[in-house]
Amino acid sequence: MLNTLTITQAHIKLKAKEISSVELTQACIDQIENVDDKLNAVVHRNFDRALEQAKKIDSEGKFEHTLTGIPYLAKDIYCEEGVPTTACSNILRDKDYIPPFNSTVTRKLNEVGAISIGKANCDQFAQGTSNETSCYGHVHNPWDLERVPGGTSGGSAAAAIADECIFASGTDTGGSIRQPASLCGCIGLKPSYGRVSRYGVMAMTSSLDTMGILSKTVEDAAIFLQTVAGKDTLDATTSDRKVPDYSKCLDGDVKGMKFGIPKEYFIDDLDNEVAESVKEAAKTLEKLGAEIKEVSLPHTKYGVAAYYIICPSEVSSNMARYDGIRYGHTENAKDLIEYYFNVRSAGFGDEVKRRIMIGTYALSAGYYDAYYRQAMKVRTLVRQDFTKAFEDIDALLTPASPIPAFKIGEKIDDPIQMYLADMFTVPASLAGICGLSVPCGMTKNNLPIGLQILGPQWGEETIFKAGHAYEKAVYPDGIAKPELK
Amino acid sequence: MSLTPDEVRHIAKLARLNLSDKEVEKFAPQLSAIIDYIGQLSEVDTKNIEPTAQVTGLTNSFREDKVTEQLTNPDALLETSPLTKVEHQIETPSAHG
Repeated sequence: MLNTLTITQAHIKLKAKEISSVELTQACIDQIENVDDKLNAVVHRNFDRALEQAKKIDSEGKFEHTLTGIPYLAKDIYCEEGVPTTACSNILRDKDYIPPFNSTVTRKLNEVGAISIGKANCDQFAQGTSNETSCYGHVHNPWDLERVPGGTSGGSAAAAIADECIFASGTDTGGSIRQPASLCGCIGLKPSYGRVSRYGVMAMTSSLDTMGILSKTVEDAAIFLQTVAGKDTLDATTSDRKVPDYSKCLDGDVKGMKFGIPKEYFIDDLDNEVAESVKEAAKTLEKLGAEIKEVSLPHTKYGVAAYYIICPSEVSSNMARYDGIRYGHTENAKDLIEYYFNVRSAGFGDEVKRRIMIGTYALSAGYYDAYYRQAMKVRTLVRQDFTKAFEDIDALLTPASPIPAFKIGEKIDDPIQMYLADMFTVPASLAGICGLSVPCGMTKNNLPIGLQILGPQWGEETIFKAGHAYEKAVYPDGIAKPELK
Repeated sequence: MSLTPDEVRHIAKLARLNLSDKEVEKFAPQLSAIIDYIGQLSEVDTKNIEPTAQVTGLTNSFREDKVTEQLTNPDALLETSPLTKVEHQIETPSAHG
């Protein structure tokens, strides 16, 4: 069962020549072929090319980088040269958009010899909360096939916990890594905005999009970030701050660290079992020598409203490039304007259309000040809440999602209920800070619960340190895995 | 606040989307509910608060205006278009009807 290995475990075995990259890659492929009929987590399979690459890496026999020879799945919005990249939308699926270039993250992973075995299902253009907006159909939560895996990186989360890969890349704009990680019981890292290049990843909300990972350990998330972080001339919003050596903070020592529990996250909408598990996790960190105190983030309740102005506004602009000219779906039309209408109407799904329309409305003359400008001011207030909190504490402990995985179809016709599933992840996105979701127990119905650890901007070392210490204390033999029947 | 079917049609037109009557019927209450929900921001006191458009702290990231790396080639980019290519250009439906 080589596919169940973590990055670190697999690397040790590869380096010692106990296993080959071909064997490791084949094990992941076998798992996809065995279980993905049930999960629908993988939408493009790149197996032949992956095995060829693994063979080449084996013949070179050098496993100098921790990710060399490690098979992974990429969320279907990371452009990868020669591999279909469709954002799980009919507007690109029609002719299977095959990018002639790599995203920076893809390039960096390629350079160290990580092996892309395929593309993971996601919400269409990373817009959704439950992975129900994909044109390839729902992803099923590996813990309960009738439930959603969360979204938008739902395929990545399901695939990681179901051992269809050693790790999976994801993106997090309002919670799209942390929330599915929580609902599927894996680790999810959302780096600070600007830490990892967005180049070549289909833009959703350009001022919020971040590139991260769904993994089986916190250490693996740190290895991924170490590899892909840093200044990129192709993304002017990347920071030139030095990327620290993240392995140094994985010492399991949280003595003297100060954690804040924001009272605004423990509200009526929060599921009781989730609340109890998160409080229990705080106690565990306390026993390990950390200090826990209550803090306040007063503008938390406005996060979702601000997000659902800023996000659709940027979406309405970003989705304009899908016009059937340079790529994607095509339709018959008598003239160009009709062509735009026909292509976009046939190609986009409902959630994308909703966001385009809300954004169009919010940005239209007469409404700009009331909606978009006000949302950007509230964004300032949300950000100030965090800045103030981090004056006294190292990191925040909150639930990643207010509820465990819900039933497929349960919220699909009620956008507001769907949006509220993001209520604990969105504020950190608006502030541009970093966050980690780490499993912290199961409900009585055997559904995973996620602890969200939020750190300040560029504070990845802090959340890795805390997350790693917690994980090692609670799951010394590895996180819990679902039994796929 | 509730959007009328005509308002929904108007927004869709601005966004270059055709909506069937059935879609208008479905989207009108959904969009109205979303606009009601986001409208709660009006209760936040934002006097003297500067808007945040981005959080990196970076300003004016300049570079020399010259080609530094060839990420792909023009023909490969043209290849992804679903339309006919004529002399290295994409032939679109007429802009004048």
